[in-house]
Amino acid sequence: MNILQIQNLVKEFDGIKAADVLSFEIEENSIVALVGPNGSGKTTVFNLITGFLRPNKGRIFFERREIISFSPYKIAQLGIGRTFQNIRLFPQISVMDNVMLGLPYEQGESLSAALFQTKKMKLEEEKNYQKAEELLKVVGLEKKKDELAENLSHGQRKLLELARILALKPKLFLLDEPTAGLFPETKKVMFDLIRNLKDKGKTILFIEHDINSVMDIAEKIIVLNYGKKIAEGKPEEIRNNKEVQKVYLGKTNL
Amino acid sequence: MEYLIHIIIIAGIYIILSLSLNIIVGYTGLAALGHISFAAIGAYTSSLLALNFGVSPWIGLIFGAIFASIVGLIVGFPSLRIKGDYLALATFGLGIIIYSIARNWVSLTRGPMGLPGIPQFSIFGYEISSVWSYLILVLIFVIITYFVIRNITNSPFGRVLKGIREDEIATAAMGKNVNKYKIIVFVVGAFFAGIAGSLYAHYITFIDPSSFTVMESIVVLLMVVFGGMGSLAGSFIGASVLVIFPELLRFLGMPSSIAAPLRQMIYGLLLIVLMIWRPQGLIGRFRFKKT
Repeated sequence: MNILQIQNLVKEFDGIKAADVLSFEIEENSIVALVGPNGSGKTTVFNLITGFLRPNKGRIFFERREIISFSPYKIAQLGIGRTFQNIRLFPQISVMDNVMLGLPYEQGESLSAALFQTKKMKLEEEKNYQKAEELLKVVGLEKKKDELAENLSHGQRKLLELARILALKPKLFLLDEPTAGLFPETKKVMFDLIRNLKDKGKTILFIEHDINSVMDIAEKIIVLNYGKKIAEGKPEEIRNNKEVQKVYLGKTNL
Repeated sequence: MEYLIHIIIIAGIYIILSLSLNIIVGYTGLAALGHISFAAIGAYTSSLLALNFGVSPWIGLIFGAIFASIVGLIVGFPSLRIKGDYLALATFGLGIIIYSIARNWVSLTRGPMGLPGIPQFSIFGYEISSVWSYLILVLIFVIITYFVIRNITNSPFGRVLKGIREDEIATAAMGKNVNKYKIIVFVVGAFFAGIAGSLYAHYITFIDPSSFTVMESIVVLLMVVFGGMGSLAGSFIGASVLVIFPELLRFLGMPSSIAAPLRQMIYGLLLIVLMIWRPQGLIGRFRFKKT
């Protein structure tokens, strides 16, 4: 079953097409990589799916539901969680609070619960604190929980952003360059975490710049160039695809 | 002694204003420059109700606060679309509009002549006219404001506010309805500013537009920044210091024609010094973003 369907998506910025009649589908419980050179429109696709941008044309279905007119927060609540290419944490609050902001609340985030400091709110807060603690353990940041997020290193920030998105418990993860700028060891941790998510029944769509590093992990690769899909398939098919080789290696001798 | 109590009462009113602005600027990170206009609405609403219809100041206070928060709601909506410097300009504009209304709608507000003879609060037929009893009244409102704002900020709700301050886009990506929170914050802030305005009007028993100029909004903002954005104790300190400090100038034997402009110059200087050496304020933790 397809969890996400994109149909004929078009997005123009001042005449430049960041998405040019783009269509693809993501199967549930799979790991899919979205690759392409700089400026090929990968992040734009993420912004369109998550409602931060509105397409000029086209449709997007999540679990067969059209989500094109939904606000970003609504889309997040439906079960699409995303990370950002340039890491968007909450720098001047604690690592713990960063994760807790990802957790869905039932009672606690209403004004009346806050005003009257209700028992339900406090119970939920306690439960969520423990959940957040566990998530920080998963990414190995439990010792940093009281530090401000801005004091973390680049790799730790990436991991914290992942912990925060895990807290949201989305069904579909959109990870924008999850391994960019990471040391090989941290990269391995990140890929292990992604595989782990798949084992738990989640679906992952992630953006990568470097086509070679996704070969091991992705089950399907979608290659973009100038907003167009130029190839889609299993890693070995992509490796042998002439069009992709042309884009990536500049081979013109066809 | 009465003079000292008077200063503390004024400081108390400014503490309410600072606390209510802190939740907007310090916690949620919305640049609001028109906070005194909510106080003006509270002050004029309850004064006019009392003078024209003989409404009890207690009821006037509540109506003033509600009316201020309705205006807060109206201001809240454009704040959803504009951000940062633009929001600062828009709220600055609100400050000018409210001031102009107070000054120019003479048939209602008597314009620059002001509204004299505003009745004072009374309990069981006894007027709260001595400074001592008024001090207690103001302190009660300061405590109420403090606990309400503390409860709001010290909760998952408050955490979302800080999230909006830190990164609005990321907050939305976490499934939080950012717009809803922004509006609530404006309404709550305006409500308490309205109370502060009404407390001021029934204490001084005279109001005119000059008490609600845009400069006053900036003074309140300075109190918040000086004490520390996102720190409630900071608002207490900021408001107290900035109310008491200029009074000290009087004891230097300066004529008020010099003391008044000097006060503003000192405020300006203070803001510059603060931004350079201690951008998080005296006891705050949050700084303006380095951009």
